[in-house]
Amino acid sequence: MAVHQFDGIIVGAGGAGLMAALQASKGAKIAVLSKLYPTRSHTGTAQGGIGAALGNMEPDKWEWHMFDTVKGGDYLVDQEAAEIMCREAVETVYELEHMGLPFSRTPEGKIAQRPFGGHTKEFGKAPVKRACYAADRTGHMILQTVYQQCIKQGVTFFNEFHVVELLMSNGAACGVVAVEIATGELHTFHSKAVMFATGGSGRMYKITSNALTLTGDGMATIYRAGLPLQDMEFFQFHPTGIYKMGILITEAARGEGGILRNGKGERFMERYAPTLKDLAPRDMVSRAITMEIREGRGIGGKDYVHLDLTHLDAKVIHDKLPDITDFVETYMGIDPVKEMVPIQPTAHYAMGGIPTNSSAQVIKDEKATPVPGLYAAGECACVSVHGANRLGTNSLVDIIVFGRRGGKGLGEFVKTAVLQPLPADPQVKTKARMAKLFDGSGSESVEAIRRDLQAEMMDKAGVYRVEAELKKMLEILAGLKSRYQSVKLQDRGKKFNMELLEAFELEHLLQLSEVTVTGALARQESRGAHTREDFPKRDDAKFLKHTLAYNEGGKVALRYKPVSITRFQPQERKY
Amino acid sequence: MKKVAFKILRFDSERDPQPHWENYEVELEPTDRVLDGIEAIKGRLDGTLALRRSCAHGICGSDAMIINGKNRLACKVLVKSLKQPITIEPMRGFKVLKDLIVDMEPFFAKYRAVTPYLVEKEPRPEKERLQSPQERERFDDTTKCILCGACTTSCPSFWSDPDYVGPAAIVQAHRFLFDSRDQGKEERLKVMNDKEGVWRCRTVFNCVEACPRGINVTRAIGEVKQAIAKGKV
Ligand SMILES: Cc1cc2nc3c(=O)[nH]c(=O)nc-3n(C[C@H](O)[C@H](O)[C@H](O)COP(=O)(O)OP(=O)(O)OC[C@H]3O[C@@H](n4cnc5c(N)ncnc54)[C@H](O)[C@@H]3O)c2cc1C
Ligand code: FES
Repeated sequence: MAVHQFDGIIVGAGGAGLMAALQASKGAKIAVLSKLYPTRSHTGTAQGGIGAALGNMEPDKWEWHMFDTVKGGDYLVDQEAAEIMCREAVETVYELEHMGLPFSRTPEGKIAQRPFGGHTKEFGKAPVKRACYAADRTGHMILQTVYQQCIKQGVTFFNEFHVVELLMSNGAACGVVAVEIATGELHTFHSKAVMFATGGSGRMYKITSNALTLTGDGMATIYRAGLPLQDMEFFQFHPTGIYKMGILITEAARGEGGILRNGKGERFMERYAPTLKDLAPRDMVSRAITMEIREGRGIGGKDYVHLDLTHLDAKVIHDKLPDITDFVETYMGIDPVKEMVPIQPTAHYAMGGIPTNSSAQVIKDEKATPVPGLYAAGECACVSVHGANRLGTNSLVDIIVFGRRGGKGLGEFVKTAVLQPLPADPQVKTKARMAKLFDGSGSESVEAIRRDLQAEMMDKAGVYRVEAELKKMLEILAGLKSRYQSVKLQDRGKKFNMELLEAFELEHLLQLSEVTVTGALARQESRGAHTREDFPKRDDAKFLKHTLAYNEGGKVALRYKPVSITRFQPQERKY
Repeated sequence: MKKVAFKILRFDSERDPQPHWENYEVELEPTDRVLDGIEAIKGRLDGTLALRRSCAHGICGSDAMIINGKNRLACKVLVKSLKQPITIEPMRGFKVLKDLIVDMEPFFAKYRAVTPYLVEKEPRPEKERLQSPQERERFDDTTKCILCGACTTSCPSFWSDPDYVGPAAIVQAHRFLFDSRDQGKEERLKVMNDKEGVWRCRTVFNCVEACPRGINVTRAIGEVKQAIAKGKV
């Protein structure tokens, strides 16, 4: 059995994990474990921009950014964390530029900025140019740049190591177990601290902008270890996914002037959000599209609407949106300069995740008690700066700001912390899981169960939700979980056994779907991305609180945690 | 849904003495990607098939392979654009580890050799460094690289000399050489001027055709050659 010893382990090499690694490895022995080669991480697909009140194009203030974030999140945002994020956004964007990030530029040579959904000046008066961007490749540039800095700094990587288990002793984190994908060997990593930065879980849904590998591994691993997940019922559907494929078309397309049109050619967002129109927050636009489709005003009565860029200057489209132009041409055979693009809402972002405080320490209860040595940052974490609905450009800010804070904190922590002993047989659980998959008696395949899960979740736990459907979904999940018990792998080999990894990933998706649906059923209100047709109003008296979901003997048990409200009292949310 | 025929070069060192072809047929929509086809084969017909993939829309650089004889990303080619059976092989020039998965470590070692980060010799300013839109435009093309390996593994000079740094590493060097903010040009030009550097390029243009990001790789290499000749960029 291979055992590796480090001061700290960071699981995940997207923007959050790499940013943390840069900080933590300055004074400590750190290893980054990632199931993908770092530059393959999904941060690289982020398109539109990273929000920061630089004020390069027009006056802007971090307080306005904070207000927009809180209001955008339908007041479920922890305001103390949002304040930190919006303040530090400014210095971290400068830091990214210093690292070499090739931002697009203003004529004076400053970082260029553009409008994005829900970002406003003077507390909601009008859209503001706040999204710092590098064409529509902002995430690619962030991932490349931060990885380049890791090379410069000599960060230690274990690439293509798939983490399957968190190890704890005496109530503290003490390492992880991982499969080395190339050989199939199990490795134990023993450390004083562990950080999860494993990204999102969009593959619960059929139509999604998320990578095939975004299966919520970190979240599910924490949950299996008996720690809670927070606010998982809030899952963002981005309004503009390429029809049937879910591939994202950035909100920047609307930031640059794009318009949504229904089957009658109407600019329908005027009816739903008179001030911000097409640049209203995503939850509202996705509901509006779904409503238009339901009422028969999809294109040709079908289940999609159009994103119209044809009135924009061809040069704007080619210079500022080159990648999405390429996607639309490659996958739909459409030239967006000349033709409208068929779009539908696509499952995009997990607002919920592993609960943390603003130092990225994982917390375990409603009193926000931290777990010694355990950290989380990025999309897998819930700080919570996005509340019930994330604003565009705020995830990239989140991963950079809280990745950095978490990395710093972890680096400090390991200087004085003691190394906890490993559990007696650290790989025992993983070996049991593997044995079951290899030697199972059944005939179920991973692909068939996953396909059913994704279709049912899309149908019953998507943009609109209602009690009867959610209850039905729980029954379906019980069925899928029992089918999972009869999965038998065809691949009996050790090297690059992708089927085995996909089986682990499917187990994660099933667990997270159950948490999502259970939380959604209990939350009898509509807030942000969680819309209950049977409870159409937000209910602050009962539900201005975070959900904490625990795994109790295979069942989901819910508790609730208060929201931190400092500057902005909840108001009705209009745009 | 229509049946689509695939022919895939398989190799598993735990099982097979030699690589061999396998034929498959799966039901696909005409708008499906080759990646959807491979995933369907893997999910429904043969769970032992191995490949790397993640984003499924041409950004992460995981799934470069030879499709009907050309280096492509499986997620960026539609099935309907190809003649059947669609033949699929691993990229050429790297050791095959299993099926479509090759050992990319030598590729990344070359990437690391060109100092792939901004070299700063002056203290950082308080705000951003200024860079005009024209200066930014100068290296825009090469910032698009996703390190998929399609260019390097399509290059005859690389096939015949595996020590050649290869087009992808030169693209990375170009990205920094032509960035007005970078202060490491001399060191980088030295690596490029090595006998395994740019001069191995025979301007065959395979790399330009192979690049899924539309980077004009040969032009970038030419610009690096000129910079060496002039002793500056
Ligand atoms: C198409 C698209 C466009 C977007 N555009 C924007 C935008 O313009 N602005 C914005 O703010 N946000 C945007 N977002 C959201 C944002 O990009 C993501 O939320 C963010 O990049 C997530 O970063 P991360 O570091 O948390 O995770 P990721 O970048 O997803 O990285 C996760 C890492 O964890 C590793 N990992 C996962 N599981 C395991 C395991 N079991 N073992 C080992 N390693 C593991 C992976 O290998 C990977 O390295 C976009 C998202 C998408 C999908
Ligand atoms: S899967 Fe990401 S490039 Fe093809």
